[in-house]
Amino acid sequence: MSYVRSFLAFLYDFAVGDDPLIALTVAVALSATAALAAVGINAWWVLPPAAIGALARSLARATKPTDEK
Amino acid sequence: MSHETLLFLAVFLACAVEAVEAVTVVLAVGVTRDWRSTWFGVCAALLALALIVAILGSALTALPISTLRLVVGGLLLVFGLQWLRKAILRASGFKALPDEEAAFANEIAAARAAGAEGRGIDGYAFTVASKSVLLEGLEVAFIVVTLGGSQKSFGLALIAATTALLVVVAAGALANRPLSRVPENTLKYAVGVMLTSFGTFWAAEGAGASWPGEDAVIPALIALTLLSSLALVRALRRRHTGTLSSGTGTVPA
Repeated sequence: MSYVRSFLAFLYDFAVGDDPLIALTVAVALSATAALAAVGINAWWVLPPAAIGALARSLARATKPTDEK
Repeated sequence: MSHETLLFLAVFLACAVEAVEAVTVVLAVGVTRDWRSTWFGVCAALLALALIVAILGSALTALPISTLRLVVGGLLLVFGLQWLRKAILRASGFKALPDEEAAFANEIAAARAAGAEGRGIDGYAFTVASKSVLLEGLEVAFIVVTLGGSQKSFGLALIAATTALLVVVAAGALANRPLSRVPENTLKYAVGVMLTSFGTFWAAEGAGASWPGEDAVIPALIALTLLSSLALVRALRRRHTGTLSSGTGTVPA
């Protein structure tokens, strides 16, 4: 069981990494792109700002001074 | 710069940066323990990686191109953003830069402390060398499979990875010491920018969007990612200067 748990933890760390916010934002932005495409809107403009925004937000969280946490 | 050149560069740089880390451990174990067992460990790990690439590669090529681009593009984008995040934290001073000399010294100390083994295969050297090559190589295997699969240029991605591996191993063998002069963080930064840009392109296409200018938009995405990340480095450097004076300068690894 501990091997399974270790393997799942490894997979999570490999695919999601240090900050799940990034993976979550990408998933939401991709869902929005697909939903807009389904109603005929070419939403190529959703993903680039979402990705950069997620990166900026994640970095801001990682570098927040400890006394503000 | 063509699509294929960018793909070659992304895979080559990713493989080079991971190979530098693996070579440091392999050198330390080989020099301190036993080269024969170390090479057995390296070969076993390379064989496992080749199998993973072959199995995943053939599984991915069986998927429809839009599903492939959505799944692989999304994963590449998340993966690229994580690399970029780490590289930006290092470039701005919030995280320590990788130190191959220190890593080499730590591995030497650990290998000496592990104690001698009898004749035959040295279990310590085999395990440490194979684990290091396998763990560092998994990220490269993932990049080779995803970049090569999405672009339908699996062979080119493999050639890029093999070339990088040969260059780094040859440099390590000639120097017989860790490759501390390789600008690891700069390489990681460049790979992060490229993975993020390719990932954005393919994931959006897989989700049903069409890019204006089609493939020609990729250099623009690379420029956007690079400029945005440089702006983030600049902003964080300013913040880091402020946190140094208040005593909280780095974030955990």
